[in-house]
Amino acid sequence: AEICITSMDNYPLYIRSIPTQGELKFHYTVHTSLDVVEEKISGVGKALADQRELYLGLLYPTEDYKVYGYVTNSKVKFVIVVDSSNTSLRDNEIRSMFRKLHNSFTDVMCNPFYNPGDPIQSKAFDSIVSTMMVQAC
Amino acid sequence: MADDALFEFLHMEIVALVYKEQATREDIDKERVTCVSTLDAMGFRVGQGMIERFTKDCPTFKDDLDLMKFLCKDFWSTIFKKQIDNLRTNHQGTYVLQDNKFALLTQFSSGKQYLEEAPKYLAFSCGLIRGALSNLGLESVVTAEVSLMPSCKFMPNLKSLIN
Repeated sequence: AEICITSMDNYPLYIRSIPTQGELKFHYTVHTSLDVVEEKISGVGKALADQRELYLGLLYPTEDYKVYGYVTNSKVKFVIVVDSSNTSLRDNEIRSMFRKLHNSFTDVMCNPFYNPGDPIQSKAFDSIVSTMMVQAC
Repeated sequence: MADDALFEFLHMEIVALVYKEQATREDIDKERVTCVSTLDAMGFRVGQGMIERFTKDCPTFKDDLDLMKFLCKDFWSTIFKKQIDNLRTNHQGTYVLQDNKFALLTQFSSGKQYLEEAPKYLAFSCGLIRGALSNLGLESVVTAEVSLMPSCKFMPNLKSLIN
């Protein structure tokens, strides 16, 4: 499983994977899913006016993984990749994971020692993400 | 109850401190420009953080105008406890936000006295608006103008990064 946070201009602010061996595959999946995220964001204005939620849902299922997306109003994108074999994770749980991520991210943003656009190095943020990933896998 | 006064006093002290630190320089014009940019930069960073916190629970914005309305209503009332009184636009990226009783200027005067000093106290709020807009994806230049206190106008000039 992997969690990735990218900024407005699509460069990564934070990437975390468990287990760390097959990392490259996860990074590649996240990279390709960014296109799907962009597509969903730009489609909002034209298509459904009431579909203005921050949670984007299942982006696309590959053979091995499920990719979920979420975008904040400040155009920061969160992507979560989980194994398809992990069928115990329901939509609600993924939603709450994204909520927690968003809350922690807001706290990082308000930290005066953090410069927006820099990679996130906050230990508190790290520990919240670790607990979440352990619960998910 | 004392919340509003706390920020107003802090803001006054920040302005005083920034100007005092620059007072040793000889070039008066340069001093003013540096002070205003320092205050603007402070407001910018604060605006970025605040907008992240305030938009956490809102749905995505439809377009620029929707965004500016959010700024005028929710954002302004959370920070200054009142909404912007008047929003005008030329629909080409220039907006005018008019506040008839700007919280940080009410203690100065209710007319033309101390008009020259007013811009110093608007720099931080200009930065605040600029930071908020920048984090929402809109690069802008914000200027402010005061003709009769405590009413003032903020004019963000937008250059959209998305679309």
